[in-house]
Amino acid sequence: MERFIIQTNQLNSWLKKIIESVPRVLAPVNDGTKTEFRQIKTVDEVAYDTLTTTSSVKAAAFPESETLFSYRKEGKNTELTQVSPEAYPETVVWRARPCDAIGFAPLSGIFNWDYKDSLYNARHAKLTVIAFSCNTCDDYCFCTSVDGGPGSTKGSDILVTQLNKEEALVEILTEKGTKMKDLCPDCFKEADQNIDKESVLAKIPVKFSKEQVHDFLSKAFDSPVWKQQSARCLGCGACAYVCPTCACFDIQEEAHGSRGRRLRCWDSCGFSMFTLQTSGNNPRPTQATRWRQRILHKFSYMPDRIGEYGCTGCGRCSRACPVDMNIKEHLISIASISHE
Amino acid sequence: MNKLNEKAAALLQEGTVKLIIGYEQGTEKPRPLFCTVPEDASRLIFNDQCKNNLAVYLTKKEIIGDEKIAVIATYYVMKSIVQLDKENQINKDNLIVLTVDSDGEVIEFNDYQEMEKYADEHVPAPDPKVVAMLEKIDNMSREERWAYWKSELTKCIRCYACRAACPLCYCNRCITEVNCPQWIDPWPTPLSNMEWQINRVMHMSGRCVGCGACAEACPLDLPIGLLTKKMAMDINAEFGSSDDGNVLSTFNPSDKENFIH
Repeated sequence: MERFIIQTNQLNSWLKKIIESVPRVLAPVNDGTKTEFRQIKTVDEVAYDTLTTTSSVKAAAFPESETLFSYRKEGKNTELTQVSPEAYPETVVWRARPCDAIGFAPLSGIFNWDYKDSLYNARHAKLTVIAFSCNTCDDYCFCTSVDGGPGSTKGSDILVTQLNKEEALVEILTEKGTKMKDLCPDCFKEADQNIDKESVLAKIPVKFSKEQVHDFLSKAFDSPVWKQQSARCLGCGACAYVCPTCACFDIQEEAHGSRGRRLRCWDSCGFSMFTLQTSGNNPRPTQATRWRQRILHKFSYMPDRIGEYGCTGCGRCSRACPVDMNIKEHLISIASISHE
Repeated sequence: MNKLNEKAAALLQEGTVKLIIGYEQGTEKPRPLFCTVPEDASRLIFNDQCKNNLAVYLTKKEIIGDEKIAVIATYYVMKSIVQLDKENQINKDNLIVLTVDSDGEVIEFNDYQEMEKYADEHVPAPDPKVVAMLEKIDNMSREERWAYWKSELTKCIRCYACRAACPLCYCNRCITEVNCPQWIDPWPTPLSNMEWQINRVMHMSGRCVGCGACAEACPLDLPIGLLTKKMAMDINAEFGSSDDGNVLSTFNPSDKENFIH
């Protein structure tokens, strides 16, 4: 890993070079009362005054909907057109948060667990993540309880940490990161190896360990906790859609007579329709069983299968929930049961 | 809020009800609370910040079960209960409706007429922001209005929080989930997002109580509550208030249109 210092007033010069060189640059942009990742064309569009975006950055590699193939029928012949991942644009995410970047590890795990998903892998291969450390947090943040942190480098290609008003530390973590740094070589100078970024990071207390949650889950399938916690859950998909690691999708068809396309789009295990079978049977018939699935998937099935937990502690699901299903609070309560 | 806590604890203690749905303090604002034992009742609160429309739970069999329950109702919860009752969605024998007046006194309604009367005497002031937005949109040209809604609804991610939070969206199978034929594409595109909202609002015509739970639930803060609000105003102007509530599924021989005759 290489460490450099950039003057704060040089950040925009560097970003300008990136915008000029890369076809798609995504960054947090203020939009009404919310901030979301959007494609930017100028440096002035970036919102630096918010903690997190409402949605995570996952759509950069796993879009809300994407074409799998298209078809055209003529007489007895059907002509299939595969999508060509080569056409996906090179993408840079500017000012992701460490809790965004770290989410690509579980996402990559899911999309390569048994079947190697070429579409996800192609998008991810063309993605460079430039994350900015957090110097503030809110009540929903709990990254440090799931092995992340306000200055965690995992999943990022570059991590920028604002040390003071004038200077930022730039950690170059991958080859992709080096390429971005090389777009503006004059912007950087070697950093003193003794620089300690920890002191400027947000202080986010550890509230539980993910292992505690995992241990409880191994014997919790029939626990009353699921019904208690999920009583107020409305069964919408807001939590899953803003989550950096939720990867459930549906396969849909857009047909126009003899032509059309097949696509996949986001889905959520919180929806009652998600597991409804054509017979009318639903193996997860209540919101309690669906909430259990959400927690088990993230804290039991995923670590057991792919060695990655499905939660980055970003708190987006809690902020988005219409009925304040605060996942930090629920996980603290689950972790404390495991100690009894 | 002592009287509310006492009343709720007593109802559970006596075994009058097995569940009380009310509000407790959440992370930043009040959230729904489900009390099943008297000890839970101490967490109950009731104030102007209680925004969730708790009537949404009254059509969920897995929540309400078969025994008697109580709900602590805001104005909009009461209006939703009245509407749900008109639509035969409420088992009156199993529902006690409580509210708390401005003096902190707990009121238990003996019947729905009493509740409706109380509600009509305690109509909350309209949200000035909503009024201002409606006026702003009314003053737009057709082109500006189209551009505004296209821009807002393009952001929708189709999480259906608006549907889930609405007490009157209780269909077992929503039109977006019908795929033979597929009326509305279920993935987010500018067109299908608009189709979804138009359908949602059309199905609310004459039914929406104006609680704003749909807008409150939207994680992206899209102004979708304005659509139902405006629809309610238009319905009122065109059809007046209807005892049956639902202008899409009722008719009157004196209706202006004659296609039904």
